[in-house]
Amino acid sequence: MEYVRAFIVGGLICVIGQILIDKTALTPARILVIFVTSGVILGALGIYEPLVEYAGAGATIPLPGFGNTLAKGVIKAVKSDGILGAFIGGVQAAAGGIAAAVFFGYLIALIFDPKTKR
Amino acid sequence: MDAIKQKQDQEYQQYVYKKMPKSNLFKNCMLAFLVGGAICTVGQIVLNIGKNYYNMNQERAAIFTSIVMIFLGAVLTGIGVYDDIGKIGGAGSIVPITGFSNSIVSPAMEFKREGYVLGVGAKMFVVAGPVLVYGIGTSVLIGLIYHFFIK
Amino acid sequence: MEKRLGGQTVVLHNNPKIISRASIVGRKESQGPLAEYFDEVMPDNLWGEDSWEKTECRMLKEVCEKAIINANKQVTDINYMFAGDLLNQIMTANFAARQLGIPFFGLFGACSTMTEALSLGSIMVDGGYANNVLCATSSHFCTAERQFRYPLEQGTQRAPTGQWTVTGAGAVIVSNKGDGPSVTHITTGKVIDYGIKDVNNMGAAMAPAAAETIKTHFQDTGRGPQDYDLIVTGDLGKFGRELTIDLLAKEGYDISSRYIDCGCEIYSEDQNVQSGGSGCGCSAVVFTGFILKKMEDGEINRVLIGSTGALLSTTSTQQGESIPGIVHLVAIEKKEG
Repeated sequence: MEYVRAFIVGGLICVIGQILIDKTALTPARILVIFVTSGVILGALGIYEPLVEYAGAGATIPLPGFGNTLAKGVIKAVKSDGILGAFIGGVQAAAGGIAAAVFFGYLIALIFDPKTKR
Repeated sequence: MDAIKQKQDQEYQQYVYKKMPKSNLFKNCMLAFLVGGAICTVGQIVLNIGKNYYNMNQERAAIFTSIVMIFLGAVLTGIGVYDDIGKIGGAGSIVPITGFSNSIVSPAMEFKREGYVLGVGAKMFVVAGPVLVYGIGTSVLIGLIYHFFIK
Repeated sequence: MEKRLGGQTVVLHNNPKIISRASIVGRKESQGPLAEYFDEVMPDNLWGEDSWEKTECRMLKEVCEKAIINANKQVTDINYMFAGDLLNQIMTANFAARQLGIPFFGLFGACSTMTEALSLGSIMVDGGYANNVLCATSSHFCTAERQFRYPLEQGTQRAPTGQWTVTGAGAVIVSNKGDGPSVTHITTGKVIDYGIKDVNNMGAAMAPAAAETIKTHFQDTGRGPQDYDLIVTGDLGKFGRELTIDLLAKEGYDISSRYIDCGCEIYSEDQNVQSGGSGCGCSAVVFTGFILKKMEDGEINRVLIGSTGALLSTTSTQQGESIPGIVHLVAIEKKEG
């Protein structure tokens, strides 16, 4: 059941993105920015977390989940560190993902070359 | 003169818009649903592995999942598979964190010829940069609002 | 004799002739319906070079050398080279010209460069300022993608009106002596912009320029569609071709029965290219490979061809500007004797 919920919720979040692409001619970069930002806002308002509890990876793997992580981190850090937390919390919570993306991105670019399309 | 030209342009644009072949929204959405859903299901499997085999708590397991999925996205981009998934899945391949990874690896590979600093190092953030700017920027803003108005 | 007709057309009385032609294409183009017409197919899109740009440059250089050899000329016989491509600062043409060592005029007309080069080269020969002129262009899918769109490995979907940049280069030699079809009229296009901003819909951005220039050509010369065996546009694609037919029909010209677009001809339906081919190389290889061959074989005698250019840059697009279009028409005729 867990997997079915992840599949359906994750799939539906992607459908929202597809509608945006097809209906508004937004570029993928803008879609990603919109999704992350909405994730941060929904996370801060406490709307996104119930979805994470319900759908697990179905809510954390799509980019709003990344935004939600930032929001959760920042609020937690403000509670413990005050105003300093506003600057530390988000990146701290997302550090694993960011570092992995930079590290693996660089590594893979070293190893592979782009191939032409068919 | 300008008004006439403007009217003519508008008429042409409307006519083009009406006549233009449209993408099949229903089919694209179905494919985005299936591909996006599948990627998230893989994520759920990784999450459970983290929790059950490595005894991670929820938070650690979520970080572990992000890292593994980013790695998978990067490898699939490197071996030239992710662009094919993207062609079929559309947003289903862009919105998950594997798509974020793809958006970092693909320009990094593409601009290797321009060098390892201004090519790979700079271009890998063409898409990821704005995502981090807006994501982190909004989170700081939220933190400040929370600190001054809510706490 | 009058050398100018109407507002935009020039008549060439001295019969500058296209005495040789050459084309090189990539794998995908060699799998399309025109495969048999191209002189050379690259084994792969990199051709042993270490960047896509180097490959494109080599393609252009080699196609120029081929055209010179096909004309039984030496490099030193060529007085001028007119060439251009799609890359920033026309890198391909500049670097190819560096290797060829022919006096060089670099052109940027986006995808309209083939007939732009042919226009200028023919005028040069007709005016007696040159005996042999080389006109050439190229485009490469991978160099164009990384400059104008996305990295190759980025997962993106293509819009149904999107087009596929042709990997290919074409060259002709225009000469005052020798055998070949003559360039008779040149109608130089104006930059036309109807406010289309969608970079995935270049056909719609360029169609008004095509219709406008073809209409002007008919008005200037007093000719009509029936005076040509074939009317050809460069890379409007399926959708742009339909728009052009419609726009000209509104002006009272029915060209539909004798009109082809190179972007529609070069690939087949199942090659996954949406609206069709595009790029400088598109009209260059279809013209040098297919159309001039049909003229040689005597299947067609009078052709009106216009390469179609979308004059956008990544800067203009990001700043939200619309896409200006331009089309340069050249009338070519096979004359006896």
